[in-house]
Amino acid sequence: MAVYEQAYKPYKGILTPEWNRFLILPRHTLRGVFNSKLFTAFYVICFLPLLVEAVLIYLHHNVTALAIMNLNARQLIPIDGSFFQTFVVVQGAFAFIVALLVGPPLVSRDLRNNALPLYLCRPFSRTEYVMGKMSVLLILLSWITWVPQLLMFLFQSYLEGFAWLKGNLWIASSIIISGLVWILLLALLSQTISALVKWRIVASGVMLGMVIIPSAFAGIVNVLFQTRWANIISLSGLMYNVTAGLFGTFDRVSGRIQISDFDDNVVREVLLLEPPLWCSWAALFIFSAVCLAILHWKVKAYEVVR
Amino acid sequence: MALPASVREEPTRAQAALTEPPVIDLHGLSVSFGRRPILKNLRGDLRGKAIGLLGPNGAGKTTLIHTLLGFHAPSAGTAQIFGMDIINQTKQIRSLIGYMPERDSFIAKMSAVHFVRLMGELSGLPSEAALERAHEALFYVGLGEARYRRLETYSLGMKQLAKLAQAIVHGPRLIFLDEPTNGLDPPARLRMIKLIREIRDSGHAHIVLSSHLLLDVEECCDEILILKDGEIAVYCNLEEERKSNRKFLMLETRGDQEKFVKAIQQLGCEYAVSGDHRLKIVLQEGVEVRDLYRLAEEQQVQLRRLSYKRDSLEDIFLRAMENGYGGL
Repeated sequence: MAVYEQAYKPYKGILTPEWNRFLILPRHTLRGVFNSKLFTAFYVICFLPLLVEAVLIYLHHNVTALAIMNLNARQLIPIDGSFFQTFVVVQGAFAFIVALLVGPPLVSRDLRNNALPLYLCRPFSRTEYVMGKMSVLLILLSWITWVPQLLMFLFQSYLEGFAWLKGNLWIASSIIISGLVWILLLALLSQTISALVKWRIVASGVMLGMVIIPSAFAGIVNVLFQTRWANIISLSGLMYNVTAGLFGTFDRVSGRIQISDFDDNVVREVLLLEPPLWCSWAALFIFSAVCLAILHWKVKAYEVVR
Repeated sequence: MALPASVREEPTRAQAALTEPPVIDLHGLSVSFGRRPILKNLRGDLRGKAIGLLGPNGAGKTTLIHTLLGFHAPSAGTAQIFGMDIINQTKQIRSLIGYMPERDSFIAKMSAVHFVRLMGELSGLPSEAALERAHEALFYVGLGEARYRRLETYSLGMKQLAKLAQAIVHGPRLIFLDEPTNGLDPPARLRMIKLIREIRDSGHAHIVLSSHLLLDVEECCDEILILKDGEIAVYCNLEEERKSNRKFLMLETRGDQEKFVKAIQQLGCEYAVSGDHRLKIVLQEGVEVRDLYRLAEEQQVQLRRLSYKRDSLEDIFLRAMENGYGGL
């Protein structure tokens, strides 16, 4: 079917393997995403905390620099699990914003323009479609979350020595697991909302609401009932607990309320207990299962009217 | 004396066509949406180069295409495409198929060439080959000059052509075209029909053309499958159907038509009164036109007009809607 021949001819060349065809979607989508200069600029900004992190790690090991700045190594934040957890949380917030910008139109645009039959009439399954669309976010978010954090960990290991690396390998696994859980959740959430809401702005609003409203509601319930159990409905609360659990900083007692009498004598102390870790993991698992069920229901070539 | 090679080859080709698996083989295919049956026990093998899928709205044309593409699961029975089962070999089948959907379908924020290339890659073409064939397909359908424009800016006719380009970019063996001329103006429709005929005549792909426009099917297809209420009303070879005893006379008369009709009946001819002074007559063997003149003279009926007609697709379709005789 050459341009000059203007005739229909079959394709007789080689075909690509089927197992990695879902990666075609992120390749084409990411090209479009980075066409926006504004987004590209924001994506660059996402790396600034990592720069700060790198500088802090470097300062810990550079006596000359510390002397110039008149600082003692002890005055700096210690580089341990908490140090990496802080930056994981910061990068997680940036990841949320990136997911908010990129995620909502991914499926909704195809649904609005009836593009699903075009994908699914090919040797390309619904699962591959969802995997392809999710990979767009997974790739984008990986580059600003667990991948650079892991590089920072290696940087610290390089400066500190093999013994430190050996003793702190659990930090690396915590970085990877917490990063993957968070970006998977964000990808699932944004794809699900995108499959339910056809309009980008509305979808972005819903996604923002899905994170903020349950957190605010949980906050109110926690205050009213003097508990922390309402965090079970807050995605950010759940994720914070899971991350803390992975970095070994989780404490079920997240606060205490002292009840006093009229003479300011403490009558009773109420411990504010966070839900146990397994509850947070279970809640995240249920949330993911619901998202997958919705995607399974919505991502179809055609809606069947029964 | 030995026969010329071309003549000798004919039976071999015909035999080969019969031994090859049919393009579509329906084995009691039924599809229901909930409790509502849409397709009911469809049977038969379709072998045409271009098969027209006809039927009134809601007859099940689109559902049949969607089921063959694997979008809907059959509630009973199955079907095969090129000998491959639509339930168990969906992916293999889809790699041989091109599909042009009825509704406006495209991927937003993409140029036509990017869109067709992506579709090619999803069909399994390597990136460079997909890009090359995307350019070729767009030139082929006549969108060469507009291939770098975004699809949202295309007119309806251009979007139809882009849909055709994505359906053929990977060089499929079977192309499903669902209402390809929908919403096209006459020149655009002619262009689309020309392209479909060219693809059919290339001999590299079979076509299933679903349409409610009889003229489109008549111009493009050699076989027709007419669906009525989810059942096969007619499946026939259009040319053979036309050639078979469907040649009739159309008469316009003045005078006592009743007597004339009785006389024709006595001759043993089939007839149908269509309008006040019009008659359709199928001549029996041994009866000639001069017999009609003689009868007219005897009954003192004037013959104002006499013309030969063949069954048009419209006649076949209307008859199927009335009777549903089932050609398979």
